[in-house]
Amino acid sequence: MTDFEPVLLANIQNPESHTLRAYEATGGYATLRHVLQDWSPEQVVDEVKASALRGRGGAGFPCGLKWSFIPKGNPGPVYLCVNADESEPGTFSNRVLMEQDPHQVLEGTILAGYATGASVAYIYLRYEYPQCLKRLQAAMDACYEAGLLGQDILGSRYSLDIIIHRGAAAYICGEETGLIESLEGKRAWPRIKPPFPAVEGLFHQPTVVNNVETLACVRHICERGAGWFRSMGTPPDPDIPHDIGSLGPKLYCLSGHIERPGCYEAPLGIPCRELIDGYGGGVWHGRRAKAVVPGGISTGLLSADELDCPLDFESPIRYGCLGLGTAAVVVMDETASMIDFLHNSCRFFSHESCGQCTPCREGTAWSLAILNRIKAGHGRIKDLDLLLEIGDSIGIIPGTTICGLADGAAWPIKNAIRKFRGEFEEYIKKTNPGGWDVQEPVPALTFVGSH
Amino acid sequence: MPTIYINGEAIKIASGERLNGIEAARRAGVEIPHYCWHPGLSVVASCRMCLVEVGTRNPRTGEVIMHPKLVPACQTPATDGTVFITNSEKVRAARARVEENLLINHPVDCPICDKAGECLLQDYHFQHGQESRRADIRPFHSRRRPLGETVMLFVDRCISCTRCVRFCREITGSNELMLTDRGSIQEIDVFPGYPLENNLAGNVVDLCPVGALADLKFLYQQRVWFMKSHQGVCTGCATGCSIFIDQNQDRIYRIRPRENMSVNTWWICDAGRYGWDYVHSKERLLEPRQLDADTQTHVPVDWAPLLNRLDNSLREAAKSGHLAAVLSPHCTVEEAYLAAGYVRSIDPGARIVLGPVPKVGVDQKFPNGFVIRAEKCPNRRGIEEIAAYFMRRDYPFEALLEEIGSDTITGAWVTGGYPEDWIDEPTAQLFSPLRLLVVQDLFDSPLMRRAHYQIPAAAFAERDGSYVNANHRLQYATWAIRPPAGVQVEGRLFWRLAGRAGLYQARTILREMAAEVPYFSAAKAEIPDSGIDLVH
Repeated sequence: MTDFEPVLLANIQNPESHTLRAYEATGGYATLRHVLQDWSPEQVVDEVKASALRGRGGAGFPCGLKWSFIPKGNPGPVYLCVNADESEPGTFSNRVLMEQDPHQVLEGTILAGYATGASVAYIYLRYEYPQCLKRLQAAMDACYEAGLLGQDILGSRYSLDIIIHRGAAAYICGEETGLIESLEGKRAWPRIKPPFPAVEGLFHQPTVVNNVETLACVRHICERGAGWFRSMGTPPDPDIPHDIGSLGPKLYCLSGHIERPGCYEAPLGIPCRELIDGYGGGVWHGRRAKAVVPGGISTGLLSADELDCPLDFESPIRYGCLGLGTAAVVVMDETASMIDFLHNSCRFFSHESCGQCTPCREGTAWSLAILNRIKAGHGRIKDLDLLLEIGDSIGIIPGTTICGLADGAAWPIKNAIRKFRGEFEEYIKKTNPGGWDVQEPVPALTFVGSH
Repeated sequence: MPTIYINGEAIKIASGERLNGIEAARRAGVEIPHYCWHPGLSVVASCRMCLVEVGTRNPRTGEVIMHPKLVPACQTPATDGTVFITNSEKVRAARARVEENLLINHPVDCPICDKAGECLLQDYHFQHGQESRRADIRPFHSRRRPLGETVMLFVDRCISCTRCVRFCREITGSNELMLTDRGSIQEIDVFPGYPLENNLAGNVVDLCPVGALADLKFLYQQRVWFMKSHQGVCTGCATGCSIFIDQNQDRIYRIRPRENMSVNTWWICDAGRYGWDYVHSKERLLEPRQLDADTQTHVPVDWAPLLNRLDNSLREAAKSGHLAAVLSPHCTVEEAYLAAGYVRSIDPGARIVLGPVPKVGVDQKFPNGFVIRAEKCPNRRGIEEIAAYFMRRDYPFEALLEEIGSDTITGAWVTGGYPEDWIDEPTAQLFSPLRLLVVQDLFDSPLMRRAHYQIPAAAFAERDGSYVNANHRLQYATWAIRPPAGVQVEGRLFWRLAGRAGLYQARTILREMAAEVPYFSAAKAEIPDSGIDLVH
């Protein structure tokens, strides 16, 4: 970690880092000038492709590949959506970028717009980020004044307008097609795919949806080159087909029972333990870690003896987790109750399930009901198997839902019960000494409300 | 020709045909359960009941590569070489889970639910559900609230398939319905102050696969298994929608749309759906009456002597002038043809004329192409063609009125059957010079009061015969209920007056007409349920 030089967070210590002056003083917008003058949009796409940049929003889809899906010569407009609806529990890296260094995000956005041929970019901003709104708006105003946005940017004949759209505080709007529906003024129900947004997205036009951090990376790739970006991270695993590796710097959000929580920049693939001990100052009060969420609550759990897991896009999968997600590492010490953790997780996903697909809508609510009952002292051992069945059967991985929210709801259930089953059983036996072993099906219904 | 494989069975479909998994499987006789998918609405693939396994078959090697995930059949196009597996253990388990999920918050109040008996949730539970309940959640209630004048929402029975929401967006374009809240507590609702109020609103009740949306007119009136459905044709306007008339013991309880891609697709308008009250009206004329010359009042007569008396009176009137038959656009073509033929057999110069055609407002067109027509009768075209066939010239109703005035017409048989007032006092006055006026109608009218013979008419649900709609489509309707005692259905009466043996057979008449009247020649063939086009 000593020889790693942060780039995304390089300037955030400067109290003026959010101003155009401070940004330009550290070389800001020089890359944009250079690219708009000397590069064709295809060159930008090729450079990003060469860098093997993967989307930082959670799914880790190769960014350059996504851009190249935009059909050439589309008669209508192409849209760029900046996904700033950062709502994964434990995640706050986009917030740091937008609050402390908004110009970095805007420069990346303009570069991405140039590469994809977009004439309008929407920043879909999480409702709960008023400071980001203020800073982004101020940064945009400065850009318009300086000719960095609007018509004919820097005399390049490329024009881009950015519109900030404030969300209404729904987790599902972070799903790219949910975001698009919401932008269109509809209920944020994720769309069935295909067609993918790159072919038919916002207002039926080709659309690229990129995360804030992805775009910040684009700026640095254009400045320093794909080679620099590829110099850090985990190289492709030859055993995984089509793997392009996990390369470049990554913002890790460290929170929970830890000495120094915060947003840290590190090369992708840093082992979980190194992140916690090296950056976060270790588990607080000298305690030991019991479980760690590797990348936002939907990615599941690493147990204490799995902390060697490198935090790149592929490794958490080998440890039974969903993936890297948003790289929000939440540490729970030995006093934390896994029952509470799972209850909280189920409550969140039940509340945020958009209600479209039956397995997710009812499955998340049902799992919460079961957890509520367990917490109320009426749990049964067979409930754990039922929870596992719900967890195993919802999501796009088994194919029972349209979007990945249900997978995010399933992984905490699966990981918590499979990795900490002893604790659950012990809790149920202790809190429900008379009924933990009940096997009979639920008795027939006795009560129907009258009309 | 593309080949689809359903559970191993090869099905050929026409090239260029766009089918999804559900439609393709149906061709093979395999029913894939589904809630949210409806052929008339957009695909949302959200209920996940139609999950199947899908693969592709390599046409050269015959090797099948299966997709590792379950996919919704409604969203999966059936193209050449697509393999659908609908009966594997994986599919069975997924269906059972969806069914279980849908029942978690469902009140299971089937004994007091209108939909019981025709509810997909019930049917699928028996076919695909689990034996015992694993969810011990039981805060059951059955909240309800009206969404408009005609539709009641039973909130907790809803399975959020959003068919009704999509209907109001895509078919009527009126957007009244929506979902409020999110996740498992979301509910169908209307926007405050904007109730479900459009002329197709009743269709959401038919669309609802469960008992969440109930028709307030039908609510608690009848259990569906007591009713019999009959294929009918709506007589409310010149569109002539295909309908089911649901009746029990000669009482109509409900009218539902019948799928007919050539006429009404899957919908009917509320006017047609609810406009049958007059059939059971207490005001209906239920016995034939004759004008008593001495007292100038109408006295009831028996049917048995009446037929001869009518025949004699018509022949008598024909001696001093011509006869006329006024054929209402509510008659079936068979009835009109029989009546016209009968009157012509007495007086070869008898005038055959189309009765008044009621018009209200202008045609109402919906975004999907559905039209509610201003012409509020089912058979103007059919009757027009019959009149034209007999008259060989243009002879409107007004021409008849003129001729009555100039005393060339001495006797007239006027058929009515209109559900609403159709003739005013001044017009009825013009019939006064007639020596013989036979009026056959449902209700009292200024003309009825002037009749020498008052003959009770049958309502649409009691008639057997064909109607020709505004687009020259001939559809055959079977009778759904028997007429009230004392009423002879037009077809039967004319059949007997014409001296034909046996029972009235609308099909026989239609075949005769098809051979004789060129316009109806296409009706020579068997008439399918969806009807036939007379003009191409």
